[in-house]
Amino acid sequence: MITPDKPLSLESILKDLDKYQPRRRGWTWRIPLPGQILHGYGYSDTSEPLKRSVPLPAAKYFDNIDPQPLQVITTEIASGRFEDDIRRMRMAAWHGADHIMVIRTAGQSHYDGLIEGTPQGVGGVPISRKQIRAQRKALDLIEDEVGRPINFHSYVSGVAGPDIAVMFAEEGVNGAHQDPQYNVLYRNINMIRSFVDAAESKKIMAWADILQIDGAHNANATAMEAWKVMPELFVQHAINALFSVKSGMKKTNIALSTVPPTAPPAPDLKVNLPYAVALRDFFAGYRFRAQMNTKYMESSTREATVTHVLNMMISKLTSADIQSTITPDEGRNIPWHMYNVEACDTAKQALVGMDGLKELVEIKSTGLLPQKVRELKERAVLFFEELIESGGYFAAVEKGFFIDSGIYPERNGDGIKRESHGGVAKDTVYERDPDYFAPVPAHFGFNNVVQYQLEETDNPAILIGGSTFEDRNKIQYIDEPDENDNVHLRMEETAKYRDSSLIKPEVQWLADGIVVVDLTLPTSVRYAEAAALEIAMKMNLSEPEIIHKEILHPSEGTRIQLKGKLDFDIDLSQLTLPEEPDILSDQEIRDYVAMHPLTIVAGTVGEDEHSVGLREIIDIKHGGIEKYGIKCHYLGTSVPITKLVDAAIETNADAILMSTIISHDEIHYKNMKKTHEYAVEKGIRDKLIIIAGGTQVIPETAQKQGVDAGFGRGTKGHHVASFLVKRHKEMKLL
Amino acid sequence: MNENPIRKDDFETRRQHLSGMTDAELKEYFWSLAEKTVTPLIDLARTHTTPAIERSVLLRMGFSSLEAKVIVDKTIRHNLIGKGAGHVVYRLSTIRNISTRAAGLALIEDKGWDEVLKSFEVRK
Repeated sequence: MITPDKPLSLESILKDLDKYQPRRRGWTWRIPLPGQILHGYGYSDTSEPLKRSVPLPAAKYFDNIDPQPLQVITTEIASGRFEDDIRRMRMAAWHGADHIMVIRTAGQSHYDGLIEGTPQGVGGVPISRKQIRAQRKALDLIEDEVGRPINFHSYVSGVAGPDIAVMFAEEGVNGAHQDPQYNVLYRNINMIRSFVDAAESKKIMAWADILQIDGAHNANATAMEAWKVMPELFVQHAINALFSVKSGMKKTNIALSTVPPTAPPAPDLKVNLPYAVALRDFFAGYRFRAQMNTKYMESSTREATVTHVLNMMISKLTSADIQSTITPDEGRNIPWHMYNVEACDTAKQALVGMDGLKELVEIKSTGLLPQKVRELKERAVLFFEELIESGGYFAAVEKGFFIDSGIYPERNGDGIKRESHGGVAKDTVYERDPDYFAPVPAHFGFNNVVQYQLEETDNPAILIGGSTFEDRNKIQYIDEPDENDNVHLRMEETAKYRDSSLIKPEVQWLADGIVVVDLTLPTSVRYAEAAALEIAMKMNLSEPEIIHKEILHPSEGTRIQLKGKLDFDIDLSQLTLPEEPDILSDQEIRDYVAMHPLTIVAGTVGEDEHSVGLREIIDIKHGGIEKYGIKCHYLGTSVPITKLVDAAIETNADAILMSTIISHDEIHYKNMKKTHEYAVEKGIRDKLIIIAGGTQVIPETAQKQGVDAGFGRGTKGHHVASFLVKRHKEMKLL
Repeated sequence: MNENPIRKDDFETRRQHLSGMTDAELKEYFWSLAEKTVTPLIDLARTHTTPAIERSVLLRMGFSSLEAKVIVDKTIRHNLIGKGAGHVVYRLSTIRNISTRAAGLALIEDKGWDEVLKSFEVRK
């Protein structure tokens, strides 16, 4: 059991891991709730709500609703330490992620077998049984906490695909990348081995009802100009999709991984939309995993976010079963906690914001769009024709057909070439003899079961009393083979920050100490960079590094974001927290006002036309102070201070509510001071309560100007009414 | 393409035979080409095996990843991979009338290979 007010206990996750059993197999989709009504809005494309979540920041104006899109939302987590990733998974789940993908450590593709234990990884985690089991166990707790099943996902690729597929099937992994072309093109693993292995892997995944995602999106990131590989991507998708069906997978568990290939300043939709439409035409019946563009990501998180929102417009205009997210910081570092959360929020915000888009607009059936769609399809068909003419898939790869920088049939002769008898694990494919046999279920291809008097439809594992797929007690669990590189040693290093009152800021690992400083410096880029590093040194940040720079103007200003490390701890037990506001209940306020009628005058002061905030504090329909029977005289906006105080005298008011939104040059505080002083001058200050409010008002600073109270962002009518009553009581006693 | 890898975009001339096809016909043609491409690949997979496939069989039979690796390596060395590594283990368990797990552990310790070779009539 976990509760929202406590961090996950890693110790309890790791305890008795050898006995843990996954609670289910297979993939889970969200449950649609068409026509769902929340806060008076009718939603067309949303799904069942979460039990616990963090809604979007603006949700506070909408009764804190948190509508969940129809699409499963993916987040990729890969800090290198699975124990810290678990904490990030919990954060992401609260922000709407229900597909959590763990990236593998660099080099795992070439490891011929399963990795065991919990060694630290680079750019990902070594995917081992222990690590997978610990994360699945944690996700079971997290999914109960948020109230929605979470799909756990990793990779069935490299030279140990079938081994990993078995382990995933046994450990309740719900989704996986599997595409032999990924091995061939990007990992230089022998092509024959990759395809033979792939059939077995896919058959095992089919048994475990694991959703498959293909590897075609990698072409976009690898190609010189991403949009030019569009025709061959149809071919790559088709090869993997059809090969998967023939290996025993159902179409609805086969997801095409598709990325809008280009990004602004290119005309994004003109290129990306026809491609998305054409793909969905040709591959109807399969699932679509919409990935976000990574090819053109730089260090600006803002730029990446805009591109990703455009990507989601394509998802909404066409279709997406899974909306994957790329963290906006991926262009500059291995993703950090808060950017996984930002990416999930971006997806939720954009998809919910475009709710019902297809009821409002439709894809045109004449003009540029269908012409482009047809052209792409024909180019794809021509690619396939030439692939077959050249002798089939292996021959085509040998000739460098794939990832050429020309848009097919244009060819620039720079495609990736591989030898069919070359690459990692070459010449490791063996022909099965006529009496070949494997006594296990979910085995692809020829299996001579007849020699042991079995029928083709029998599970051959009956000969051995069942396999691990029938009896998980047969699974051999290996804990930690490496004494010098494992989670227990890492946890010792950070032990003083767990279950203690000590904290440090972090971005990816507990107590990593990393902070980001955002600076605007009034100089050119080169000087700004040098100055920023100097500033970091003077701030006592160690290992400072510039992670982003932006020219505001060649000489007027440069924005720099830098990261550095803090080397001190904060002890929470030594902190004094400001008292939480003591609020009277509605009934107490009403009772007091009934006995002691209160009158206020209110207005926005200075040259300031903002009225919404103050109206919300006053108006009965927004839950404002009128509802308690407080009599309100609203004077409007841009009210001179003298007029406000004079009106209080005329109406014999008990209080002034002054709203002040504009904060330039501290004008809001200056106006508070003037109001206080004018009331003193008029001789009524001791009988009048002065309350100032506004988005930039800090209560303590307001009080220093002489007003009775200041209220900032997030204030509601009952906060103000509660204060009015308390202060009124105090003044009567005086 | 091998001879002349550089080619200008000749889409307009190359597409002539597709121009008369309806969208539905084009899609059907695309999938028929996919079928032609994938069929030899899947046939290859059906009739062949690899160390990874054999290890995955042994994992399902209840061996650890470390044990599976050794058994497969030794199966290859004994020229028995065409029979299947799981088959080798199963065969020894039937010859000796012991559990598959006991048979696998014996093979790891280089015991029982001669019996298995003889039973399959294979020379090392």
